[in-house]
Amino acid sequence: MKLAGTAREREALKPLRLRMWDNRQLYLFLLPAIALVIAFNYLPMYGIMIAFKDFKPHLGIIDSPWVGLKHFDRFFSMPMFEVVLKNTLLISFYVLIAGFPLPVLLALALNSTTNQRMKKLVQTVTYAPHFISIVVVVGMVNIFFSPSMGIVRNLLDMLGVHEGNLGVLMNASSFPHLYVWSGVWQGLGWSSIIYLGALSAVDQSMHEAAIIDGASKFQRVMRIDLPSILPTIVILLILESGTIMNVGFEKAFLMQNSFNISTSEIINTYVYKIGIKEGQYSLSAAIGLFNSGINFIMILVVNQISKRLGQESLW
Amino acid sequence: MRQSIRANRGDRLYDAVNYTILTLLLLAVAYPLYFVIIASFSDPKLVASGKVLFWPRSLDIKGYIEVLNYAPIWTGYRNTLIYTTLFTALSVMTSLLAGYALSRKPFPGKTLVTAFLLFTMFFNGGLIPTYLLMKEIGLYGNPLVIVLLGAVNVTNIIISRTFIKSTIPDELFEAASMDGCSHFSFFFRIALPVSKALIAVLVLFAAVSQWNSWFNAMIYLRDQQLMPLQMVLRDLIVSQSAMSMASDSADMGGDAAAQIYLVEAMRYAVIIVSTLPIMCVYPFVQKYFVKGVMIGSVKG
Repeated sequence: MKLAGTAREREALKPLRLRMWDNRQLYLFLLPAIALVIAFNYLPMYGIMIAFKDFKPHLGIIDSPWVGLKHFDRFFSMPMFEVVLKNTLLISFYVLIAGFPLPVLLALALNSTTNQRMKKLVQTVTYAPHFISIVVVVGMVNIFFSPSMGIVRNLLDMLGVHEGNLGVLMNASSFPHLYVWSGVWQGLGWSSIIYLGALSAVDQSMHEAAIIDGASKFQRVMRIDLPSILPTIVILLILESGTIMNVGFEKAFLMQNSFNISTSEIINTYVYKIGIKEGQYSLSAAIGLFNSGINFIMILVVNQISKRLGQESLW
Repeated sequence: MRQSIRANRGDRLYDAVNYTILTLLLLAVAYPLYFVIIASFSDPKLVASGKVLFWPRSLDIKGYIEVLNYAPIWTGYRNTLIYTTLFTALSVMTSLLAGYALSRKPFPGKTLVTAFLLFTMFFNGGLIPTYLLMKEIGLYGNPLVIVLLGAVNVTNIIISRTFIKSTIPDELFEAASMDGCSHFSFFFRIALPVSKALIAVLVLFAAVSQWNSWFNAMIYLRDQQLMPLQMVLRDLIVSQSAMSMASDSADMGGDAAAQIYLVEAMRYAVIIVSTLPIMCVYPFVQKYFVKGVMIGSVKG
């Protein structure tokens, strides 16, 4: 330890240029990542200024005139503002609430099963949907809920619950349910991995002591396993709430049809629509900036909260 | 053994409930996948009328024949293979190199570079500024954009850094550098060979994300010949649904009905054809998942 200390001190006494020269290979290692990050992450940030300008393609980003907060004002006064904000928040909260209990349940159940083959089978099957593309998942939803020949309609018909065509896909109020539960189906297994990891860190001597004291399996799960992963659950919930404005564009966009647009139009799809499709670059850049600004603040706040709680912070 | 002695009625009940929960979750996740498989091999008329539920009926592979004869699928497959290979190579290589550098003992600028990279996880230019930039630098319509956009994933760099830091201590490099070993040879001869689990996870994550992506292609590509598989899929199984939704409520004449059934069969088949490669690969990498996810979740 002492030796390392002195070596470090000697290291710190060297002139900066020499220390940089010593590490020249490491800089080279970092070069590709930094170059790509500058080109594809930082350069676009420079384009954000068009949110405060009237961007004209023939004038370019620099020469377009400044207009201050005009586009933000316009967005806030649009009737669509409330709609997209409400839809985004509603789906986000729904995902948050519906998304977390089942993975916890799955992880606890997997962890307390002694049948290794069953465990392996359940894991392999429940992880699989995570690797299926969103296009396929949305395609499956559309096929299964197809009005006249989908399997859901056929099953309901057989059970005598529902007759005739199924209107779920054409029904705006069912969009959030389809969106959220297809997501739960897809992410259930994958989300359980992190809890399984936390459970594998539980000290087995606690279980042994509890067995000697005559605790039943159920008691051990409730009094040892669950409290052990509670911090993980809390921190994941907090972190998730930091992305509350960030509903994935892709799935909502793919699931949109003319019938459900009143519930499926979220901020991100709206930005795409008026920006790329209608070419109102400045307005949509302003909406996008509003969204990522709120996200950024949320993450800062959430990180502060988790720091206060004594948990690991993000940075 | 101790458990079997101690197992009382409460524990047996618990086990029963536990198995029930696992079985229910297993079935809920597996059945939709299983149904797509059996439906893809069955007569679409029987599928549509709800006669196919547990096993395939009157074996029919017209859907597959139709899909395999559909030229855009092959073009899409080829494009996706090229994009996925290049993207994965670039993404994994940059992550490993940067992760290795950041895992070493402090050097001037290390904290700054880390902050510089981390910042992009929390803030980005957004769709429109990125779109305008791509137009300006001539990457719009250029397939390179698919390979370059998103190739550097900061989460993967952090995963690499944490993994390498925990498997290869600084002292090991110091000992090697006494013998004249440079970072280059140390990286290729020591760091890479002991990071097989890390590389497996990085390759899988990068390959899957590229294999499944379509958004950048939709935004930045115009030429149909350059479209990846997922864009072809989207046209087949998502976009057409609105069309068939309208048509399948209408009365079906003979030919029109046959056409609709064929489209249905194609949809099931194309899901299998496009998803099979990943489903075949992922179980082999599964044992690394817990490690990969856990490393990614901590700051390190």
